[in-house]
Amino acid sequence: MLSRVANCLFWMSRYVERSENIARIVDVNLQLLLDFRDLDEHRLAEHWLPIIQATGDEEAFFKLHSKATGQTVTEFLVFQAENPNSIVSSISDARENARMVRDQITSEFWEELNRLYLFVRSRQARDLWNSSPFDFFQEIKATSLRLQGMADATLMRNEGWLFMQLGKYIERADKTSRILDVRYQTLPEHGVPKTIGQEEVLEWSAILNSCSAWDAYKSIHGAEVHPKLVAEFLLLSEDFPRSFEMCIEQFNQSLRKISAVPDGRFSNEAERLTGRLLAEVQFCTIDEVFERGLHQYLDDLQLKLNAIGAAIFTAYFFQSIKTMDEEIFVQQEEQQQQRAIQNEEFKMKNSGAIGTRVLNF
Amino acid sequence: MTTEQTNKPNNLLEGYVPDNFFDEMVSGTGEVRPHYKRFQELFAGITLKEFTQRCQSVDLAFLRQGVTFNVYGDSQGTEKIFPFDLLPRIIPASEWAMLERGLVQRITALNLFLHDIYHEQKIVKDGVIPASYILSGKHFRREFTNFQVPKDIYIHVCGTDLIRGGNGEWMVLEDNGRCPSGVSYVLENRRALKRSFPGMFEHIGIRPVEQYAEELLKSLQYIAPAGVADPTIVLLTPGAHNSAYFEHTYLARQMGIEIVEGRDLVVRDTRVFMRTTKGLQPVHVIYRRIDDDFLDPTVFRPDSALGVPGLIHAYRAGNVSLANSVGTGIADDKVMYYFVPRMIKYYLDQDPIIPNVPTYLASEEADKKYMLEHLPELVVKAANESGGYGMLMGPKASKEEIEKFRVAIEADPRNYVGQPMISLSRHPTHVDNGFEGRHIDLRPYIVYGEKISIVPGGLTRVALRKGSLVVNSSQGGGSKDTWVLYGDE
Repeated sequence: MLSRVANCLFWMSRYVERSENIARIVDVNLQLLLDFRDLDEHRLAEHWLPIIQATGDEEAFFKLHSKATGQTVTEFLVFQAENPNSIVSSISDARENARMVRDQITSEFWEELNRLYLFVRSRQARDLWNSSPFDFFQEIKATSLRLQGMADATLMRNEGWLFMQLGKYIERADKTSRILDVRYQTLPEHGVPKTIGQEEVLEWSAILNSCSAWDAYKSIHGAEVHPKLVAEFLLLSEDFPRSFEMCIEQFNQSLRKISAVPDGRFSNEAERLTGRLLAEVQFCTIDEVFERGLHQYLDDLQLKLNAIGAAIFTAYFFQSIKTMDEEIFVQQEEQQQQRAIQNEEFKMKNSGAIGTRVLNF
Repeated sequence: MTTEQTNKPNNLLEGYVPDNFFDEMVSGTGEVRPHYKRFQELFAGITLKEFTQRCQSVDLAFLRQGVTFNVYGDSQGTEKIFPFDLLPRIIPASEWAMLERGLVQRITALNLFLHDIYHEQKIVKDGVIPASYILSGKHFRREFTNFQVPKDIYIHVCGTDLIRGGNGEWMVLEDNGRCPSGVSYVLENRRALKRSFPGMFEHIGIRPVEQYAEELLKSLQYIAPAGVADPTIVLLTPGAHNSAYFEHTYLARQMGIEIVEGRDLVVRDTRVFMRTTKGLQPVHVIYRRIDDDFLDPTVFRPDSALGVPGLIHAYRAGNVSLANSVGTGIADDKVMYYFVPRMIKYYLDQDPIIPNVPTYLASEEADKKYMLEHLPELVVKAANESGGYGMLMGPKASKEEIEKFRVAIEADPRNYVGQPMISLSRHPTHVDNGFEGRHIDLRPYIVYGEKISIVPGGLTRVALRKGSLVVNSSQGGGSKDTWVLYGDE
């Protein structure tokens, strides 16, 4: 598979996943506000700011807006074209990547993604967003799930598929860790909080909801919501498909299918780092996590994901270390050399008969 | 429009006036031509409202599928659908047989011409074409003289534009022997029409077009370098921002080959490779949709970022084949066009089956004089432009435009030709409130491999603006599906 094509598939899939995750985060937090009373400006900023921080775009946000309010934050995360990670930007990027690899995906898949793209850029999208944000987000989430279902049901299980899986799972792992990090400021720096208040229960429930984990969580822990249980579930669950551990597990599997190198060994940096990260979350307890501090731990995980992303790029996508100018130079050198060899051969052939014939070059 | 009007059966000829043009569907006496009769009967079963709905659903489907072209100079990255008119253009079997013979004759002659001017140049030595015209051709690649192209084929894919004049007589307007585009619309238009009028196809008897991709693939396999049994074929595109990018991905997908950009390819030891996740893999045949100028920055334009350094060297070494070959642009030159009938005579000893439009060469003194005296009546074209650019439509032009061309012609006569304004044939076309005549042309696609094959019909382009004669997509043109019948009725 062409490196450029693999790269496009990776990012197409990653951007689709990103748009879905952001849709869930904004949706859940908008609904959460409905449960709070006495909201003043300060409280609102307290609510929205961590969300911007969680998506990792704080700096970009304050370049465009002076205050974190519901209005500015949602605009920034949903429509703002200047935010490269807004929902509309993510969908546009996903679609742009898909456009470059249309021969690799099915027409159903392309048409669905293109439809979503046309929708989010249309007047109707704004209207729907104004009248019913819930329906707007529903549309985005449902389309993302449809796309995953279509990919699952119609795409060949070839290398391209594996790169799409890599994109999806690394993004999902990243977003799960970031969503879990949203309310770290209410936690002690080290150790587990003893009890939490009613408002925090709502906030940690919102975290579960943002990962579509509420029902799954309840089936294990009942109605009790506690940061330690929530973190354990979202980080270390072996069964929940959006938990950090499961994402890395899936990511690792796809990565190894590409190179056919078995577990326990590695053939490139991406495999080495992924294997090590997987072992880390497989053999870690939630108490250890809180002893170090949840925020610190999550920060580390994100750095490790970044390193893995960079390693994938080096291993599979970025083979050219040469610029166009350097490449032209290489060609000239090669052609020069061949000419020299030809001259040499010519001289050898004619060495016995110098002066008998003169050839023009 | 009242409901009563929109729901009644669709007599598309009610109030339809052919004016003084040759109309494809309606004869001068107002009768429907025999090869449109069956279509007209079936079409009458659809109300105008239904028809309008189908038009809208096709437009929507095209937008959703991304059957679009990019609009240059638009920072929003706007893509537009190529407007599609649902009324098909119909060609009877006998007429198509004549066109097919004419096109085969023409491409055969063009190919012999290219081989000749890049080798012995007999046509020049025999005084049929002045040497100066060839040597001054912008797209003549003298570096390629005496280069042996695989299987002696230069133009593998040719789009030849045909028009019909006031009496319905067919003429060749121009040849596109570099990277003709538009064939994907032929295939997509057919799909759209099949969805819109499913019943008609079984009743009318229309020759299929779907085999195009297969024919093209076969012709590409045919030119593989010697000794390569199972060649790797790729389509080389300038990238996602090219106006024909949709077509590139479409064809690659239909043929089941990789679509690559210049940066995906690398040349080592005069062999071409593509960069894959498993390292470098050899490439043997390149269907390139990049002009000569941009192919290889070490040989042609050094500022090209689209090309592949060393590609031409590999091509010369015979390790990779290109379709179309390098240097075919000289056959596109509007001055060479003037000489095609003579080429046909010279190489094949035949008279052209489809004639040229009468043409004046500004570089011939007598012709230039005539052109300058008759500018307001003539169409003047720059010799090496395409897509409807660099053109003067005398009868429709302002005084300033005419004067601008007068200066340009005097300054660089080699670069201009003149032709009388042809009143292109018209075809009923869907407009806001019914149907009106609009001017059309036809671009058949000729594929030259082991044999020459032409997909029945081709792209019928239609000038959607009332009275306009410009059919190019970049200038307000649309397209129609083209039906070639199995019979004559």
